[in-house]
Amino acid sequence: MKTELIPIDILLVEDNPGDARLAKEALKDSKLQNNLFIVDDGEEAMKFLLREKPYTDASRPDLILLDLNLPKKDGREVLKEIKEDENLKRIPVVILTMSKSEEDILKSYNLHANCFITKPIDLDQFIKVVQSIEEFWLTIVKLPNGAK
Amino acid sequence: MIPNQNSAHPINILLVEDNPGEARLALETLKESRLKNNLYIMEDGEEALFFLYKKGKFSDAPTPDLILLDLNLPKKNGLEVLSIIKHDTRLKRIPVIILTISSAVEDIIKSYDFYANCYITKPIDLDKFTEVIKTIEDFWLSTVKLPPENNEKP
Repeated sequence: MKTELIPIDILLVEDNPGDARLAKEALKDSKLQNNLFIVDDGEEAMKFLLREKPYTDASRPDLILLDLNLPKKDGREVLKEIKEDENLKRIPVVILTMSKSEEDILKSYNLHANCFITKPIDLDQFIKVVQSIEEFWLTIVKLPNGAK
Repeated sequence: MIPNQNSAHPINILLVEDNPGEARLALETLKESRLKNNLYIMEDGEEALFFLYKKGKFSDAPTPDLILLDLNLPKKNGLEVLSIIKHDTRLKRIPVIILTISSAVEDIIKSYDFYANCYITKPIDLDKFTEVIKTIEDFWLSTVKLPPENNEKP
């Protein structure tokens, strides 16, 4: 549907190495070229996004997959900082978390998360979810990367 | 596919679209959904806001769970409507999907900067348009967790 020739850069903020690995495998099979960057806590995520050391050469991601319960800086705080930053707020943030509490869902949308997805515990289902994120966000949606 | 994670009550969708053909197609497509949904169609930006603020004949209108919003609308354009929704503490949680003919970079960037939840360019081909509606339905009604109905839980 979209003819992106430039690979799409995705930032995954996830402290569970198993989930990160699975997401990577699922995205590797994508029809669309993409680069997945993985950071495992909220502080690293902000450094990556603000291109602070050691990420001074990091590219600005086209899409962010963000867990909520993260070490050092919580995902809710990361979301808030992204959506309050004039240069970052346009990047779609998909919340991908174990949580299904109404409070987390509501708070995330109120902080302008682009969508909220609860991670299924079943691994096959988890891969399916990552694939459906990929299908929706990389092929149907127009990402705000025109100004890259 | 992932089982429906959203609640059992029908999902209320507001479509703001001034093209009756496209509105009709969206209605037909959503009618076939596995998930119970009610589609409300408003033809211009002003009417959409009356609906959202339950004004006049919309006093009994439900607060929608999801909004599909065109950009080029009569009376009040889609970006203005978007900006009003996303600045309103009671409405901003509602996901707004921009669904428009425009593929202008400026419109895309502006929409995301105004906190649109996602931006989709309408395909001109009608079959493809139906596909897009189905994909939206599939993703937003079954993969995504929509915000809970009410802000003030007892």
